[in-house]
Amino acid sequence: MKFKLNGNTVDADKAAADTPLLYVLRNDMQLNGPKYGCGLGQCGACAVLIDGKVARSCSIPLSVVDGKEVTTLEGLSPEATRQAQAELAQDPLFQGLRDNALQAGSAPAAQPVHLHPVQQAFIDTQAAQCGYCVNGMVMALVALFDKRPQASDEEIKKQLAYHLCRCGTHLEILDAARKARALIAQGRGVHSAVAVVQGACATHGEAACSKELV
Amino acid sequence: MFGFKNSRDDQRGTVQLTRRQLLKTGGLIMVSAAATGPLAILAGTGPVLHPPAPAQGPFPVPAGTLVDSFIAISANGDVIGFNGHVDLGTGVRTAIGQLVADEIETDIARVKIILGHTTRTPDLGPTIASDTIQNTSTPMRQAARQVRQLLINLAAERWSVPAAQLRTDNGFVIGAGKRLSYGELAAGQDLHIDLDQHMPLRSSKEHKYIGQSVARVDIPNKVLGALTYVHDVRLPGMLHARVVRPPYAGADHTAPLGSSLVSVDEHSIQHLPGIVKLVVQGDFIGIIAEREEQAIAAMRQLKVQWKEWAGLPDLSLAGLHATLDKLDKEPRMLREDENFKDAVQKITQPIDRDYVWPYHLHASIGPSCAVALFADGKAEVWSGSQNPHDLRKDLGKLIDLHPDFVNVHRMEASGCYGRNCADDVAADALLLAKAVGQPVRVQLMREQESAWEPKGTGQLIKLRGGLDDAGNVVAYELQTSYPSNLSPTLALVLTGKVKHEKKVLQMGDRTSIPLYDYPAVRAVSLDAAPIVRASWMRGVSALPNVLAHECWIDEAAWLAKADPIAYRLRYMKDERAVGVIQAAHRLSQWQDGVAHRAPTPAGEKIAKGRGFAYARYFHSKFPGFGAAWAAWVCDVSVNRETGEVKVDKVFCTHDCGAMVNPAGVRHQVHGNIIQSTSRALKEFVTFDASGTTSLDWGGYPLLRFDELPEVQIELLERPHEAPMGAGESASVPSAAAIANAIFDATGVRLTEVPFTPSRVLAALRQAEAKAKAQ
Repeated sequence: MKFKLNGNTVDADKAAADTPLLYVLRNDMQLNGPKYGCGLGQCGACAVLIDGKVARSCSIPLSVVDGKEVTTLEGLSPEATRQAQAELAQDPLFQGLRDNALQAGSAPAAQPVHLHPVQQAFIDTQAAQCGYCVNGMVMALVALFDKRPQASDEEIKKQLAYHLCRCGTHLEILDAARKARALIAQGRGVHSAVAVVQGACATHGEAACSKELV
Repeated sequence: MFGFKNSRDDQRGTVQLTRRQLLKTGGLIMVSAAATGPLAILAGTGPVLHPPAPAQGPFPVPAGTLVDSFIAISANGDVIGFNGHVDLGTGVRTAIGQLVADEIETDIARVKIILGHTTRTPDLGPTIASDTIQNTSTPMRQAARQVRQLLINLAAERWSVPAAQLRTDNGFVIGAGKRLSYGELAAGQDLHIDLDQHMPLRSSKEHKYIGQSVARVDIPNKVLGALTYVHDVRLPGMLHARVVRPPYAGADHTAPLGSSLVSVDEHSIQHLPGIVKLVVQGDFIGIIAEREEQAIAAMRQLKVQWKEWAGLPDLSLAGLHATLDKLDKEPRMLREDENFKDAVQKITQPIDRDYVWPYHLHASIGPSCAVALFADGKAEVWSGSQNPHDLRKDLGKLIDLHPDFVNVHRMEASGCYGRNCADDVAADALLLAKAVGQPVRVQLMREQESAWEPKGTGQLIKLRGGLDDAGNVVAYELQTSYPSNLSPTLALVLTGKVKHEKKVLQMGDRTSIPLYDYPAVRAVSLDAAPIVRASWMRGVSALPNVLAHECWIDEAAWLAKADPIAYRLRYMKDERAVGVIQAAHRLSQWQDGVAHRAPTPAGEKIAKGRGFAYARYFHSKFPGFGAAWAAWVCDVSVNRETGEVKVDKVFCTHDCGAMVNPAGVRHQVHGNIIQSTSRALKEFVTFDASGTTSLDWGGYPLLRFDELPEVQIELLERPHEAPMGAGESASVPSAAAIANAIFDATGVRLTEVPFTPSRVLAALRQAEAKAKAQ
């Protein structure tokens, strides 16, 4: 089963066709963004984009994404995520953790990278407490602003209505959404990394390329 | 980034080894000494500090009486703070970093905080009671201060000048025309000292980071999807597992847990791919598979026969009052004024009310998860536990090893707001990892978390008391019943490692003493064992107790024909309380007058009202101590045709003393307001005779984005007061304020949470019928 994941063509050959996409993303692709929350499509913690539309990966079988493009949280600002992950390999916090993700850590790059405006806005407004639901909130807003960059406050609330947060971070998340809208209005790109990476692929002439255009 | 000068491996990116290894390499200040006395306790309300004990295995816990248990310095000058508490999503990792940076006087960017890891942090008790900043961080701050003094002394010695002539700034000791970095001074030192538990902390006027809204260190990685949560841990060769629980979902001592398994049909999953091992131990069943979805399929298809059991009493909203009333209880007198019995005789306007709180879910969005590894006779567990040090002991008990053979690596997890299944799943993972000899990851399914999480218990509060003819309070009695305990870790019960029995914990007394200066008071805790698995949840017993306190005084004010806030102030002596109450009055532009003075005309569908409530959250072992003060004013709209209550606006004022990180406090206050509004308006767990039936978000809806109240808060500036816990206080007045607002809108007093449309409608109809009959 081949599909495009954050710009790269991947083959989920070890998973049965009826496997929920979430487990393929988390276990085969080793991604952290989409989270298991309910397995019923009720909470939104597992949200990803499929061909640009927000979808709940816990309730979508792998077969559905055959030949499609899937974007996860990691695909929004791939270089920033890669750097953050590489820095963790040096962090005393994770001393003794022989995690797969920490083994491959390369030295952090020196220059700062631009974040997707929605992620930037979540950091700027400190829109997380435990943060478990943040993936879904970010992905839902990315999908909304891709379509309607100047979505109203009511549209934002409607888009997030069935994304659950238990910490009560709603007010900060709404601040983040408004901040993202403002960043986008200032010209920060609304396109998720898929578009960016596709551009990069054309540049590098490679079929599967994770290099971001800087 | 985290190298150290004198180590053999001087390359950039060297990950820090243990403190003891660092000591050997000479890169770390090492401070330790044998402490005298059994348990040293800080003056006031600091945590219990455990003295050094001989290691019984490879994973001993650092002593709480030694400086190096709290602070280490690497040769490049980075400061590492160690604290046995954990960050539950509240941002204390960042706030603790601010505390350490200010006490040791270095750049906050050079401070790293390790939380909850059992071989790297001292045991300071579970992360409960909003206590991390208020109390538990004190010895760590003192240790930081003490290390700074040591560094000054070292420089003084090296430069042959009096220490008094030296100062510190931004990670350097400076004086006599010279400067040396903390890293340079620390290199090669091998110092052994006790923590000075009388070490004065820095004056609030000198703080550089404390009081600033320093950005949270954890948020970027959460937003970018970098490794943060226990759910994200992936070890080489890791297998996936799921557990199969008995069918008595979330039952406690009355169910036959530990002796309920009749048979397991191994053949029922034989046809499934990827199954590595089926583990059955007592009533514990787990299935290990190569892939996660394979373990889930096997969990669903495994045929298991359990004993029949349907022994729960009526826990429906309608039946809860009677069930809690009939419960077997042990009275415990908390306060009885000498004049109480005489005073009761003088009541001319009695107000006798029963208040009922429902069962609530902690409702973590992410079901609990753990990864475990058992090799060479040692256990390592990655967990999102709220109390890793206690978990470590439980895990040792589970596998018959001294706790020093168990290492709990604390990772972040989904917010828990109390005891969820984090410890349970850690025990599950360890049992399975031990059985298979490979790393195992277990995540509970949504329905398992909802079923088995130790619920926030239902609670019955009976108030008896009343006023004289002039409307003054004459006597006040509270009896509160909170059938709950610590909830033993489930695998211990299922495997028979701990006796499955009725256990009572005295935790119903939080904020049980009235906050007002009434002339005659009696308060009794009616301690009871849990009916279903129940343990602490945000605002532990205080939130229900305050529903009673604050609805009662509201009713008293109404009988006395007084303004609800002015009436409260008659009985309030605490200046800080008066401060938050007056601030709420001002912030909300409160209009003085008796409640429900301008009823909405009968024909109008929406009735609007405004309510007030105040509390200071008193917690911990009775009489306990206070955290932050908080007051609510809230505006509600009640739909008189449907009974639907909408909280339109919440004003909240809050005094937690000095705010280490004001943005963090704001975040906690916001979170408390939204979560407690959800609890008061919508939430209740449903049960049948065998257990929990609200197993997903359809059966247990949370407040949504399109249902949010408008929120306006004021955090009182008290920079020179001691910091008080801010993690729960803003929840505590919530339900009472909403109930009082509903009264103001409709003239109907609701005494049972949640205020669901059907309940409100029934109360409105009943009031109408009563009015007609008169």
